[in-house]
Amino acid sequence: MMIETTNYYRWRKFKNRFFQFLLILSAIAVLTPIFLIVQYTFVKGASSLNFDFFTNLPKPVGESGGGMRHAIIGTLYLVAIGAAIAVPLGIMSGIYLAEFDKKSALSRILSFSIDLLTGVPSIIVGIFAYILLVVPLKSFNALAGGVALSIIILPIVTRSTEEILKLVPDHIREAGLALGLPRWKVIFMIIVPGSFKGIFTGVMLAISRAAGETAPLLFTAFGNMYMSYRIDQPMASLPVQIYNYAISPFEDWQRQAWGGAFVLIIIVLGINLTSRAIINRNEFVNFFIELNKKFKGKKVK
Amino acid sequence: MEEAKTILSTKNLECYFGDFHAVKGISIEYKEKSINAIIGPSGCGKSTYLRSLNRIHEEIPGAYNKGEVNLLGKNIYEKDVDPVLIRRNIGMVFQKPNPFPSLSIFDNVVIGLKLQGVKNKALLQEKAEISLRKAALWDEVKDKLNKPGTSLSGGQQQRLCIARTIAVDPPVILMDEPTSALDPIATASIEELMLELKKEFCVIIVTHNMQQAARVADNTAFFVLGELIEQGASEQIFTNPKQKKTEDYITGRFG
Repeated sequence: MMIETTNYYRWRKFKNRFFQFLLILSAIAVLTPIFLIVQYTFVKGASSLNFDFFTNLPKPVGESGGGMRHAIIGTLYLVAIGAAIAVPLGIMSGIYLAEFDKKSALSRILSFSIDLLTGVPSIIVGIFAYILLVVPLKSFNALAGGVALSIIILPIVTRSTEEILKLVPDHIREAGLALGLPRWKVIFMIIVPGSFKGIFTGVMLAISRAAGETAPLLFTAFGNMYMSYRIDQPMASLPVQIYNYAISPFEDWQRQAWGGAFVLIIIVLGINLTSRAIINRNEFVNFFIELNKKFKGKKVK
Repeated sequence: MEEAKTILSTKNLECYFGDFHAVKGISIEYKEKSINAIIGPSGCGKSTYLRSLNRIHEEIPGAYNKGEVNLLGKNIYEKDVDPVLIRRNIGMVFQKPNPFPSLSIFDNVVIGLKLQGVKNKALLQEKAEISLRKAALWDEVKDKLNKPGTSLSGGQQQRLCIARTIAVDPPVILMDEPTSALDPIATASIEELMLELKKEFCVIIVTHNMQQAARVADNTAFFVLGELIEQGASEQIFTNPKQKKTEDYITGRFG
């Protein structure tokens, strides 16, 4: 048998390298904007960050200093309202879609509506919440903002819960039924807890998406220059505060807008990283146990 | 020797998937403390028949049954019968080992009891040990009961599924090709286990493997295209079949 390098082999190898190169190039192309955004906000934003930024309220124009405490707390408050409404509803409807009545009219309508809801522009969501809750209450208010955010969160949670549950093979459900367990127990005690990680990831993704939304809050929670915890009053949020400051003519405010942008990115990243840490907490703990073992092992030597 | 009691029997059992008539009028009796094999070529309806014995078949959209399945004289397809209670009396082991993901070995065994409302920890502990011992798995897992069930090997997982099934004490255990995903060594250990289980349970097993049926089963039924061709003592079926089709199948000329 002859084994020698043929031209055909070289050509094949070249093609392989070429496509590998293309794929690496597109991976870098995707990374570039992400990296630039983080880097740019860091450079511009970090310089305007200080302790006061987190603890103080805005100062009148002309006075230097002041911070965004009200907007940071406001964002967390609004996202919490949105999540409190949308997460239980979303998980429940996701379970309904994946586990019950797969072919009923209701589930088909629900599934289609979820798709539509995902595609509704966020400004329209804002208008809807405005008509629903701002007009009757005759004031911009935090509740309307929270409801608007819940409409952003809801379809993402529903869809991701449904997809995660559909990954569970049917024979696992049958094994539960074959033990003589009623269907609801199989679903809520075996299937859903088994998919907890995936469902949780979907929830966190939806929440961090909502934390960065501006349009649904513009004419619902509206914004505020003071600290407010009242659900029936306007409430500041980071995205709206950034928007207002960024389009203002004052240099000091524009600087603070960068600071706010940086904090917002940190919050969203923080949500993502903490959720990962919670999901992988066993792996985290094991990692430190292993590290500790190695460390001790060296000491003994 | 006194006559063994009939524990489960089917009478003119028919199974459908929508319009498709998969199993046609099957009548078989199963005695307590016996192993009963169902053999036949792929697509002959043997799995569907087995899945009708504990009313799992009807969980598939569009699937339904006609005829009778009598468990200790009571037809489980009567209107007022709760399928959940039937399944507590007729356990099932599946083709692929399917321990519940994210549950520990211990919880996998006792989940049936736990979700049926048993809260006594000592009792659960005891049940887990007894079931794992009966499934010949105790010695291998007794030091790692808190590890996930999915961390075991395929053969161990299947024995875990058997332990899970016998933990709820069903008098009848159905096995749907329980060794087809396992290697020969794991298969041998499951077969050995079946012979142990026979001392207490009525085991009904669907298998592609005719040697397996000949090795472990007291009685064998042969299906082709949803019809029962022949049934009887395994020895007779495998050495002296009455039907031409059965002979062709077990000698490898057909199927």
